[in-house]
Amino acid sequence: MIPMIDIRNAEKTFVMHLQDGIRLPVVRNVSFHVAPGECVVLSGPSGAGKSSILKMIFGNYRCDGGTIGVRHNGDVIDIATAEPREILGVRRDTIGYVSQFLRAVPRVAAIDVVAEPLLVAAVTREEARARAGALLKRLNIPERLWKLPPSTFSGGEQQRVNIARGFISDLPILLLDEPTASLDAANRAVVVELVAEKKRAGVAMVAIVHDDEVRHLIADRLVDVASFAAAAA
Amino acid sequence: MNAPTYNFAYLDEQTKRMIRRAILKAIAIPGYQVPFASREMPMPYGWGTGGVQVTAAILGPIDKLKVIDQGSDDTTNAISIRKFFEKTAGVAVTTSTGDATVIQTRHRIPEATLQAHQVLVYQVPIPEPLRFLEPRETETRRMHALAEYGLMHVKLYEDIARFGHIATSYAYPVKVNARYVMDPSPTPKFDNPKMDNCAALQLFGAGREKRIYAIPPYTSVVSLDFEDHPFEPYKHKACCALCNAEDSYLDEIVTDNKGSRMFVCSDTDYCETRQSQGHRGSENAAPYAESANA
Amino acid sequence: MLDVTANSGHRAAPVPASDEPLLVAANLGKSYGRLAACRDVSFELYSGEVLAIVGESGSGKSTLLQILSGQLASTTGSVAYRMRDGVTRDLATMGEAERRFLFRTDWGFVHQDPAMGLRMAVSAGANVGERLMAVGHNHYGKIRDTASSWLERVEISPERIDDAPRTYSGGMRQRLQIARNLVTEPRLVFMDEPTGGLDVSVQARLLDMMRTLVSELGLSAIVVTHDLAVARLLSHRVMVMQGGRVIETGLTDQVLDDPREPYTQLLVSSILPA
Repeated sequence: MIPMIDIRNAEKTFVMHLQDGIRLPVVRNVSFHVAPGECVVLSGPSGAGKSSILKMIFGNYRCDGGTIGVRHNGDVIDIATAEPREILGVRRDTIGYVSQFLRAVPRVAAIDVVAEPLLVAAVTREEARARAGALLKRLNIPERLWKLPPSTFSGGEQQRVNIARGFISDLPILLLDEPTASLDAANRAVVVELVAEKKRAGVAMVAIVHDDEVRHLIADRLVDVASFAAAAA
Repeated sequence: MNAPTYNFAYLDEQTKRMIRRAILKAIAIPGYQVPFASREMPMPYGWGTGGVQVTAAILGPIDKLKVIDQGSDDTTNAISIRKFFEKTAGVAVTTSTGDATVIQTRHRIPEATLQAHQVLVYQVPIPEPLRFLEPRETETRRMHALAEYGLMHVKLYEDIARFGHIATSYAYPVKVNARYVMDPSPTPKFDNPKMDNCAALQLFGAGREKRIYAIPPYTSVVSLDFEDHPFEPYKHKACCALCNAEDSYLDEIVTDNKGSRMFVCSDTDYCETRQSQGHRGSENAAPYAESANA
Repeated sequence: MLDVTANSGHRAAPVPASDEPLLVAANLGKSYGRLAACRDVSFELYSGEVLAIVGESGSGKSTLLQILSGQLASTTGSVAYRMRDGVTRDLATMGEAERRFLFRTDWGFVHQDPAMGLRMAVSAGANVGERLMAVGHNHYGKIRDTASSWLERVEISPERIDDAPRTYSGGMRQRLQIARNLVTEPRLVFMDEPTGGLDVSVQARLLDMMRTLVSELGLSAIVVTHDLAVARLLSHRVMVMQGGRVIETGLTDQVLDDPREPYTQLLVSSILPA
């Protein structure tokens, strides 16, 4: 099967110019691939570079070497060398990102925060809101909160809004950065269900999960990031 | 008395040539403000120095001059300018609109229809119609050059927003020959329609601002307006108390300290002519006899 | 200061696809004698794209904005713009009339100081209606209705339509300036420090509104700002300028989260935490 994500020999080094230009190698020789319907979980200790790899796939961190091939609208595009415009296209049509924290614009209602990715994909406002509502309900966000801006919510509620926003779209690749970090058992179970549904829909996923139980439930394969460690060479 | 000898019509010939060139250019570009080297005149700015210079430049020995101020031949300004040219040019003067070949005016256009052999010279205090909204002269000139006149409608919009109708009642902006927006000097908007397709040549002189502009005979002059707020010439709802005219521009005259008032024609020649033809208004116990004899 | 955390839900609105660039800047430079205000600036802007130009005072970003918007002639290079008829034209070859027409129809320019972009003594309605009247709209009622609906869109009560902007607060003035610019449905808006000089709470509201309008109208925008939070919230791409040169460019979140150049790292690290 043709992989959705195919990373070969990717590497990343931070150069801290403000600290006398010291070089902080993060990862090196990162190579793995993800097939449609597969969830690959990155494992390894804190600081091994799991988040950096996720951000490199999303184009948020620059890649200093190697290639990050992503299937986008039928072609393979190398995120490591793509133009900003192309990366924006990839984010619109191909890759979704669920981060740990939600930082929403102050005045936008929760339901619209969740619905926005669908509006961008030209779904009507009514349908987008309906789907957003259904997802918020599944994630146990009480309906009375839907019209309020999430900045007023508790941490867990904000994270669930963020998860809803990430899972609502029909993008073929999802990157999950600790989606269950501050959730209770019931909501963790909902996320596990959502991941399973995405798998059935053929979505390729790369996840960082610290919770062992959740990791066992969603991971099809583990990639040990420690093996990419580029520490003090 | 040893009166000093003036050149004909006060100005020297070189100056008159300079002004005539400006006038010719103004006629060639209807509505366009032509700069000219305005001279010091023996009267203060605001007393018609622009109009006087234009009149001096076009006046010939056979001309017959009429001067009006607010429609009247008998106000200080009108009389002093008339006397100025009597003295310096020795031309014939008249108060009759029909007899005059050159009419210098401040703030009115005569009621009688002007003819092809006549020239109407306006005294203009502020020639730039855009100034009150755009004070930069460099910018207003550019706006004229590029025919960017949206701003003029902003002024009219403000009128309607504030008063419910276009409240500008004098110096009402017009578009000349479908090109330049022009300030018709502070004439009441009642007179605006008379400028359109007029048989006479209309010249405008602004002395302090050193500008001359013109409307050649039979040129289109359109008052700016909105589709849903069309231009309407304003007029008091009354007839002249002296000559009973219904079609003339009326001045309101307070007659005592108790608030009594009457409306009379602003154009004195028009009013007197009508009275002499036997028209009588409500108050025509011949209060005009005095001035008519003067 | 607004929050600028990475990877959040509030990235700038997505870019719709379009094949040809809307604006192409090639090798732009401006020098005053031996002093180079900006040099070698080249980039392409596509429709629906928002580009932020960041850098501190004196970095040349405002000069660049003036050149891009045709208000200042460059010493070297050219700016080409794809007109509404689809033909791409070099700004320098356009007549002044054409350029000014472009400036008040297909372009907008939002000044940092609203007093520069508004007529402070005429009513809000006339301020918004002016561009319409300038292109020949001649129906008072319709102009007023349009102005009124634009006031609503920028969250100004239509009841204030007859008030002059000098009676407005700073935030309202800035929103009015935006309405005045957008009424002719321009495709490209230039903004010079649009939130400068406003309170933080007012800034947040303005940014939110601008972001919504930009995405709803599919606007392209070039935003000059020294505030990285503004760049983060509004723009897709960012150009970092220093000493008249573009020293770093890329996706906004990439440049701000993974800055490469020393100066960019300094800028990013200078943000006070929220």
